[in-house]
Amino acid sequence: MAAHNLKHALFCAMVTLVIAYPILGLNLEAEGTQVILEGADTLTVVSVLVAALAVFLFQLFRDTIMGSLGKLPAINPFAHREPMEQNKRQRLETIALLILVAVALVWPFFVSRGSVDLATLVLIYIMLALGLNVVVGLAGLLDLGYVAFYAVGAYTFALLHQYFGVSFWVALPIGALLAATFGFLLGFPVLRLRGDYLAIVTLGFGEIIRILLNNMTWLTGGPNGIGGIPDPTVFGMEFGRRVKEEGNVSFHEMFDVAYSGSHKIIVLYLIALVLALFTALVIRRFTKMPVGRSWEALREDEIAARSLGLSRTAVKLSAFTIGAFFAGFAGTVFASKQGFISPESFVFLESAIILAIVVLGGMGSQLGVILAAVAVIILPELAREFSEYRMLIFGAAMVLMMVWRPQGLLPMRRIHIELNKQE
Amino acid sequence: MLEVRNLSMRFGGLLAVDQVSLDVQEHEIVSIIGPNGAGKTTVFNCMSGFYRPTGGQILFEGREIQGKPDYKISRLGLVRTFQHVRLFSKMTVVENLLVAQHRHLNTNLIAGLIKTPSYRHREQQSLDRAAYWLDRVGLLDMANREAGNLAYGQQRRLEIARCMVTEPKLLMLDEPAAGLNPAETRDLNQLIISLKEDYNVSVVLIEHDMSLVMEISDRINVINQGRPLASGTPDEVRQNDDVIKAYLGEA
Repeated sequence: MAAHNLKHALFCAMVTLVIAYPILGLNLEAEGTQVILEGADTLTVVSVLVAALAVFLFQLFRDTIMGSLGKLPAINPFAHREPMEQNKRQRLETIALLILVAVALVWPFFVSRGSVDLATLVLIYIMLALGLNVVVGLAGLLDLGYVAFYAVGAYTFALLHQYFGVSFWVALPIGALLAATFGFLLGFPVLRLRGDYLAIVTLGFGEIIRILLNNMTWLTGGPNGIGGIPDPTVFGMEFGRRVKEEGNVSFHEMFDVAYSGSHKIIVLYLIALVLALFTALVIRRFTKMPVGRSWEALREDEIAARSLGLSRTAVKLSAFTIGAFFAGFAGTVFASKQGFISPESFVFLESAIILAIVVLGGMGSQLGVILAAVAVIILPELAREFSEYRMLIFGAAMVLMMVWRPQGLLPMRRIHIELNKQE
Repeated sequence: MLEVRNLSMRFGGLLAVDQVSLDVQEHEIVSIIGPNGAGKTTVFNCMSGFYRPTGGQILFEGREIQGKPDYKISRLGLVRTFQHVRLFSKMTVVENLLVAQHRHLNTNLIAGLIKTPSYRHREQQSLDRAAYWLDRVGLLDMANREAGNLAYGQQRRLEIARCMVTEPKLLMLDEPAAGLNPAETRDLNQLIISLKEDYNVSVVLIEHDMSLVMEISDRINVINQGRPLASGTPDEVRQNDDVIKAYLGEA
């Protein structure tokens, strides 16, 4: 065992050296017309060696380290407490959620514009993650092209406004329904696919949509994107300094308050909050309905589900359609928030981030997914100085999570169903 | 009510089932026995629509069902269990039973979202039916446990309960006694007989446990190497020379 560990550790250290030294230890310098290769300064070389040593030591004592890592949850004083009584816990949870929503409603009036703007982005990601949670977490269909539906929602609003002058509130349902239609259409070719194959096809679909948006310049403007997307109005009130559409009035004139740029941002935040709440409530309701249970049944055992009369077609298509619907929602809000969209906003990385949120939060768990969305979107903003290492930290966090808590932050809890006792 | 005529199933060069015929009348327990690999489960898979048979006819209540998709056959009232328990193991026991009743539930999304009275009524009905069957198989206290955490014998019973909440006309059990201890097998005996007597369900049974088969079957079909070998009442089959040679053993 020890000999095996030593060999493995040596190998890993070698790999570290082979990868790190050429990348960090050698620099290309331009000297006149020639490019010459130069060794890096001592500090870099030393750090590469230290990194290799660290990898060596970690691999050598891997079992011990991983073992103690596994014991970490024991530090949590609440880990071994008796679970709370069912109805008591439910009441507590309801109160906590109500307080949370109340705080979320009042909070934007006391903080900076930047924070509110960031919070709106978090809410958009919450909507996306909740929608993807239906497809991946509940129905167990690995979808790597989810961002395509987000793009469909955003572009629907942008195009409808550009060509027909449609407002946010009209575009919202149209965008969501169109995204749902795309989800439905994607559902057909992938009906028979599972696991890896499904992931590849959805990945391809995501790329197709992005590339189409990039190349259909006559319609979408291609890489130049579409600008001038209006902000939402509330009862015909606009929140800008000057009214853009005829027939609308501006908010600050209507109520005779001083114009402030933050009105617009707060209103957008509140709209996003309402939509995110709507998304959460509707999907929560779905999970307790036949449609939600059949998603889970299909994830658990497709053959058994079919033997009980569940149609695979209907179940899979409904999961894809409903998941895509909420991505369309999020896309419309996103377009309105940014005022400008281009295919660059809908790259594969976005799909990966949304998927990471779902996995980190705990597949199928709504509260977990919301927490993870907050963490994944806000943490990089807080640590802006380290933005170069963002992906590194992100990857490390994923690895640690998978080792330490593979079920996610807050794993899904089954709903307790009270049955009438039989006489 | 079920009639299988000259059923054949070929996988490439292998003729797994060759000209098998059997029939099941209402209110009857029919067993299929045979050595391992004789093609019993293949017959089941053809009957329940998992395979599309390469030859022959299957009639259920006078309608041809061979080659129909599995979920449609199950909706006709022909429901099966599996040789290896196939529960929705991360869902609770009662959720397993609720999933099975979906074709009885209104699947209208809007009605469910706003909880119309008729939706609530039907939801309550399926909860009551689930509770009834859990009580019947002695799992009521486990209703909110994850199905995967149940003991093996309990999982077997849950699987049968899950079929029964769909209100089937014909139940197909694939080795229901596999892995059960003698006491559990006796309970299972009682349960299967009661399904026939009290709920008027016909049963097709694949089983290796001869005590179970001989005790509860009305008729037995013996299959050997994909071909029908004998059929008749338990006593007739027990005394059939071919069957003794091929399967029961000369003791």
